[in-house]
Amino acid sequence: MRIQRRLETPRWLVVAVPVASFVAAIAATAIVLLAAGKDPIATYARLFDRAFIAPGSLSNTMITATPLLLTGLAAAAAFRMRLWNIGAEGQLYLGAVGASGAGLVLRDQSAIVIIAGMIAGGLLFGAAWAVIPGLLRAYFNTNEIITTLMLNYVAGLVLTYLIFGSRSFWRDLSTFSARAFPQGKPLPAAAMWPTFDLSVVVLPFGFVLGLLAAALLWSLYRSTIFGFQARVLGDSPPAARYAGVKTRRVVVAMMALSGALAGLGGASEIGDFRHVLDPRGLQQAGLGYAGIVVAALARYNPFAVVLVAVLLGGLANAGYSLQGPEFPAGLVGVLQGMILFFALGGELLIHYRISLPRAPRSSLSPSGKGA
Amino acid sequence: MRSITKRFPGVLANDAVDFEARHGEVHALLGENGAGKSTLASILTGLYRPDSGEIAIDGKTVEFHSPRDATEAGVSMVHQHFRLAASLTVADNIVLGYKGTPWLRTNPATIEAQVTELAKRYRMPVRPDARVWQLSVGEQQRVEILKALYRGARILILDEPTSLLTPQESEDLFETLRRMTAEGRTIVFVSHKLDELMAVSDRVTVLRAGKLIGTVNTPDTDQRALARMMIGREVVFTQAKKSHDASPETALELKDVSAQDDLGLQALHNVSLSVQHGEIVGVAGVAGNGQRQLAEAISGTRHRTAGDVVVKKRKLRSGDPEDAIVHGVAHVPEDRLGTGVSPSLSIAENLILKSHRQSPMSSRGVLRHDRIRRNARELIKRFAIAAPGPDTPTRLLSGGNVQKVVLARELSSVPVVIVAANPTRGLDVGATESVRSLLLEAAGNGVGILLISEDLDEILLLADRIAVIYEGRIVGVVARSTADVQQLGLMMAGASA
Repeated sequence: MRIQRRLETPRWLVVAVPVASFVAAIAATAIVLLAAGKDPIATYARLFDRAFIAPGSLSNTMITATPLLLTGLAAAAAFRMRLWNIGAEGQLYLGAVGASGAGLVLRDQSAIVIIAGMIAGGLLFGAAWAVIPGLLRAYFNTNEIITTLMLNYVAGLVLTYLIFGSRSFWRDLSTFSARAFPQGKPLPAAAMWPTFDLSVVVLPFGFVLGLLAAALLWSLYRSTIFGFQARVLGDSPPAARYAGVKTRRVVVAMMALSGALAGLGGASEIGDFRHVLDPRGLQQAGLGYAGIVVAALARYNPFAVVLVAVLLGGLANAGYSLQGPEFPAGLVGVLQGMILFFALGGELLIHYRISLPRAPRSSLSPSGKGA
Repeated sequence: MRSITKRFPGVLANDAVDFEARHGEVHALLGENGAGKSTLASILTGLYRPDSGEIAIDGKTVEFHSPRDATEAGVSMVHQHFRLAASLTVADNIVLGYKGTPWLRTNPATIEAQVTELAKRYRMPVRPDARVWQLSVGEQQRVEILKALYRGARILILDEPTSLLTPQESEDLFETLRRMTAEGRTIVFVSHKLDELMAVSDRVTVLRAGKLIGTVNTPDTDQRALARMMIGREVVFTQAKKSHDASPETALELKDVSAQDDLGLQALHNVSLSVQHGEIVGVAGVAGNGQRQLAEAISGTRHRTAGDVVVKKRKLRSGDPEDAIVHGVAHVPEDRLGTGVSPSLSIAENLILKSHRQSPMSSRGVLRHDRIRRNARELIKRFAIAAPGPDTPTRLLSGGNVQKVVLARELSSVPVVIVAANPTRGLDVGATESVRSLLLEAAGNGVGILLISEDLDEILLLADRIAVIYEGRIVGVVARSTADVQQLGLMMAGASA
């Protein structure tokens, strides 16, 4: 077998490989199901039904997909220029802190003001958290994979400290039980984000913001000077410097943008669903890390991120609602793992051509020795 | 090698090529870039396997599955870019990966003695205990050759061996090759420099577009005939250098410019130099004597530690490429695919790499795709860039066409001065010709050109004045009319002449 690097990747392959990877993952998981004595077709039918078909299921899928969409976009924005921000997790926590803080400060204002404030708070806090590794990378050439990853843990500790370790502004101290069992201050009813009922499906406000962000991100990369410079810098840093691109600014700005998107995910968690700063729930969900998977499967294309987020959101949602004695609890996890495994394997096919020799050859050593 | 055919996706790299070399001869393999020389050499050394055809050594058919098989059969190659481990000693490099080497290191003294003995026999002085990174390019090449000899090479393939050497080092290399052929070894000398082929080879085999054009005895031919075989038509070797009106106005002036290299070592020492409008000033020197830092200090991609760069009486800010671009400094960088263009981006995008901030390519932060495409179509036509279209990723182009993209962009910006670093390195004769005439044309239009080149012939052909750089210092400036090749060579090698 020989592996050669492809000079040019055909367009159809970019679509075909992820689709084929997905099918292969389903097939591989079917083998696992058979081994466990389950009927794979019936299992998949139920899964699909609960993800997209059953009454209310599609709306629930959108709820699960919303944070994946935003953190997926956050990762895709940075990865697209080979800036490996894997700190969407921490940036999302900080976005949640910013958004809930803004919602609490503006509690007596009108709903529009509160919600606008929450969005701004989420964007700003997420961006600020991401600018730290951005500056380190731009000015000290620090590896952003390590700094963003470490800052995730710091952000988790910040969350825990705000609710469990201090008498902070975010903590509810109004009742005796709240003082004994720490929890966040609940947000006012006006801070609940609206939903959009399209009769087939109910879209959370955060999902709509995500769609908007996907479109903006796409045109940013395609049609703006900043996006152009980011592409050049991602492709070849010496070429970017040569072209007079202020490379440090671009790095810091892209980190800020990526962090802002993750922060928006945190704001949506507060505004759309939780309505309270909930350190345990946020940290258990691992939404930032899931966003990395979404971005990778979408090959950093913002519109593909939307699709992948809905798909993975559907899987996760069906997994929650089907969990029970007769349904294998780990199934969805196995399937997700398989999808990622095959998708990463598929990358090889996109970048390399694999060919088998036409006929087996004898493997005799060369016979000529003397010169 | 009989009727060797090798097909790559979309290219027939070798089409039924026959090649034969005798004991004790230097056999040159000549052809333009992409003619199939490297493919043929790679097949002979076991890197590629031919789709059809066979290889025989001393009449016995062999089949190489890997470079190791070839080494065992006595075939070794010295690549153009050396394959040495920089942090190891010369002796370590020579035994590295060799079959006879035990897992644990053998006594270094034994190997060093063997290496010294070999080095003496072929008059290739090199210290076996020196670390490779400490060696000059010429010395590193000797290590590569010794490595091959140590492995018992009877057939040695040299890929463009003189491309990084001074004239003196090349002479020494030719002397070594003669000693090796005198012992009956065979040398395959891959090159596209006609003058040195004439000097060193016994026979020449010419390839063009993957096909064998012919094999001739060197004494029976001349450069002109070989060039015709190589490119299939007549070439103009002595390009008519226009006698331009020597403009009294200075386009570029360097005043005591100093700069460091990437490791923080001083690489340029108080370089002062000026280029008039319409003048071509050549900077000659052996690779690694501060040429890259000089070009980068002018184009702003490298900070200066001291001194001024003045373009049309305006001082440029240090380390600010945008300032240099705005004030009319065009730069043709030596690393054309990694620096001169962004390889994955399209031709159209690379053509606006420097002008994307300005009208008409963008307005208010938004790119204007229609203008960008129109610009690309115009420049592709005007500079005869061979490409499927403006959206083709630039890395898919041949080296000559990548360089045309760079030149199209730089020249269309109407520059005051062009800093061109090794603008024709690695290009074939046809592309070299067109790059040089573009530079001459620009000079004719009053652009000042600083031509930094490791190819002395190129500088002698194009430059009005020649500055020699050695260890980051300009060691002399001579007019072309009074230049003497031997003397320039000595200056390039650091001899105080």
